[in-house]
Amino acid sequence: MDLIALLAIQVLYAIASLALISVGLAIIFGMMKVINLAHGEFLMLGGYAAIQANRLGLSIWIAMLVVAPVVVGVIGVIVERAIIRWLYGRMVDTMLATWGLSLFLVGLTTAIFGNTTAGLSAPLGSFEIGRYRMSVYTLFVIGIAIVVLGGLLAVLRFSRLGLIARGTMQNANMAAGLGVNPNRVYSITFGAGAALTGLAGGVLAPVSGVFPTIGAAYVAKCFITVIGGGASIVTGTMTASTLFGAVNQVATYVTTPVFGEVALLAAAIVLIRVLPQGITGRFFRRSL
Amino acid sequence: MINRRQFLGTAAALAGASAIAAPAFAADPIKVGSLLDLSGGLDIYGKPMADAMTFAVEEANAAGGLLGRQIKLISYDTQSSMQLYTQFAQQAALKDRVAVVHGGITSASREVIRPVLDKFKTLYFYNTQYEGGVCDRDQFDTGVTPAQTVEKLVPYAMKKWGKKVYVIAADYNYGQITSQWVKKYTIDNGGKVLSIDFFPLDVTNFSSTISKIQEAKPDFVWSALVGGAHISFYRQWAAAGMNKSIPMASTTFGVGNEQIVLSPEEANGMLVCYNYFESVKNPVNTAFLAAFHKRFGADYPNVTELAMGTYQGFKLWADGVRKANSVDRMKVIEALETGISIDAPSGTVTIDPPTHHCILDVHIAEVKDKKFDLLQDFPQQKPLDTAAVCNLIKNPNDNQQYVIKF
Repeated sequence: MDLIALLAIQVLYAIASLALISVGLAIIFGMMKVINLAHGEFLMLGGYAAIQANRLGLSIWIAMLVVAPVVVGVIGVIVERAIIRWLYGRMVDTMLATWGLSLFLVGLTTAIFGNTTAGLSAPLGSFEIGRYRMSVYTLFVIGIAIVVLGGLLAVLRFSRLGLIARGTMQNANMAAGLGVNPNRVYSITFGAGAALTGLAGGVLAPVSGVFPTIGAAYVAKCFITVIGGGASIVTGTMTASTLFGAVNQVATYVTTPVFGEVALLAAAIVLIRVLPQGITGRFFRRSL
Repeated sequence: MINRRQFLGTAAALAGASAIAAPAFAADPIKVGSLLDLSGGLDIYGKPMADAMTFAVEEANAAGGLLGRQIKLISYDTQSSMQLYTQFAQQAALKDRVAVVHGGITSASREVIRPVLDKFKTLYFYNTQYEGGVCDRDQFDTGVTPAQTVEKLVPYAMKKWGKKVYVIAADYNYGQITSQWVKKYTIDNGGKVLSIDFFPLDVTNFSSTISKIQEAKPDFVWSALVGGAHISFYRQWAAAGMNKSIPMASTTFGVGNEQIVLSPEEANGMLVCYNYFESVKNPVNTAFLAAFHKRFGADYPNVTELAMGTYQGFKLWADGVRKANSVDRMKVIEALETGISIDAPSGTVTIDPPTHHCILDVHIAEVKDKKFDLLQDFPQQKPLDTAAVCNLIKNPNDNQQYVIKF
């Protein structure tokens, strides 16, 4: 009985961490059709921002939840203004530009921080489920994922900013005709996506440690989740990460972490064959 | 106007002249090659080793060099990539024509460059602790092997904690062979290995492993994890509160200064067994640390086992060169095979001629507040595991790694 509870929490954790790292990319790719190959590096920068802020004396919570998103959000706005702005609509060119950006960020971080794994201790201690012990931090990550997705849904559905963003993405000229500055909306949206990615990087830093090339491990899973999710941002990310996270964790438990990753990739291949438009291309079509 | 024929003729003449005109001065330096990972996931091991190598070469040069010649260190960063190991090994052997290569960190990298250096007849010193069994006249191994460390640590841990062991290891030849040795010594001491789990070097998600370990309820966990990514296991283990309930022993912890990267709560209590610790008390070590800190700063984190292995390996080779009075490979090998011995910071280190491994002191230590507390000493341990299968005096043409059959 307690083993089932343990597994259930681990599955939820896998889903939550996958959703958390993908939601930023879902905004950037889903809303702006920008293939951001530097997404993994944004995660890495969020991790480093949290670690450095913690080293300089800030509480770990502020470092993870405030400093990491703010720093990466600002970097995102700068990147958008300097690079992405000139490449809207040119999908292959954005791939090349963001790939170059990712190499640049990896090199820059290696030069500044060195190549050794940096890390934070996970706060919060552990708790017991029957005979087993688990880290409370796992529950914290699940909670953050729920808050982020819920908050994003609320902003998109109920706030003026969300409305303007959705409108600009659907038809920029019409939005401009109604008095909205599309360039500014793009900057804010890219910055928001980057900020959420930085938050994910900061929150996951205590779990896996941070080193400059850690982005490569995450970027493939994020793209798989976003494309598997389909056109809707929040619903797509939620459904895709539920499917892939569950498959990954169950396979990892039954065999080894390596086969867990293989199972995730196999599930992605099957999904994209069966539902080429992603999950929300067929189900939950009209949702956000 | 110069035409092409004239141009090519003059260029060839100049090139020929400069080639002939490069005289072989008697005072040209002895080249020593170093192949270490200074970036990538394995740099936690490589950087202290590279520092030790630099220190050793500078120390030797300050004392007048070797055979009246200065030593030139040619250092390659293999970036935790096997491909670069092969490439740089060939380059060191053929282009730089080094007198000796000191290097290789993981057993995988050693097995990749060993045949390359054999083929190009370059002497090779492997200075990292490993799983034992290499029998190759062209190679000298100065690191500890399971018969020297695991054989001591397993019964100590079993006496302290209990008889049921859960083994987690890195998924390549070192982890696979070492876990077999752990299994052998556990069974020899009346214990039981509940499971052996392997993890590729880039795995960072250990949550299901931690649940499996809890389910199996071992008396202690044995870790042979390697590299920067595997440090997250120790973090996640402590985050789940497991370090308070199930203790751990390891053959790799501390070699990458993990006890400094992790917090004391995460690492305290871990048992390890190595040849060198900074807290080993003898006058050679005190002098060494003073000089080392003068060179690299008083706040240098920790001189690791592998760094000391590199330093000791260099000094053994230098003594071999002095005894042979030459850097010629065969002469140095024969000189080393007389059983050369040095007084090193870790104690006396002697080359064991039949195996080309070293007889060394080992100590069992416990991690405490980012340092190691020495618990028990075993002086002058022989490399019995390799000695059981390898005798280079009788079979000088032997060239393979023997693997324990279990």
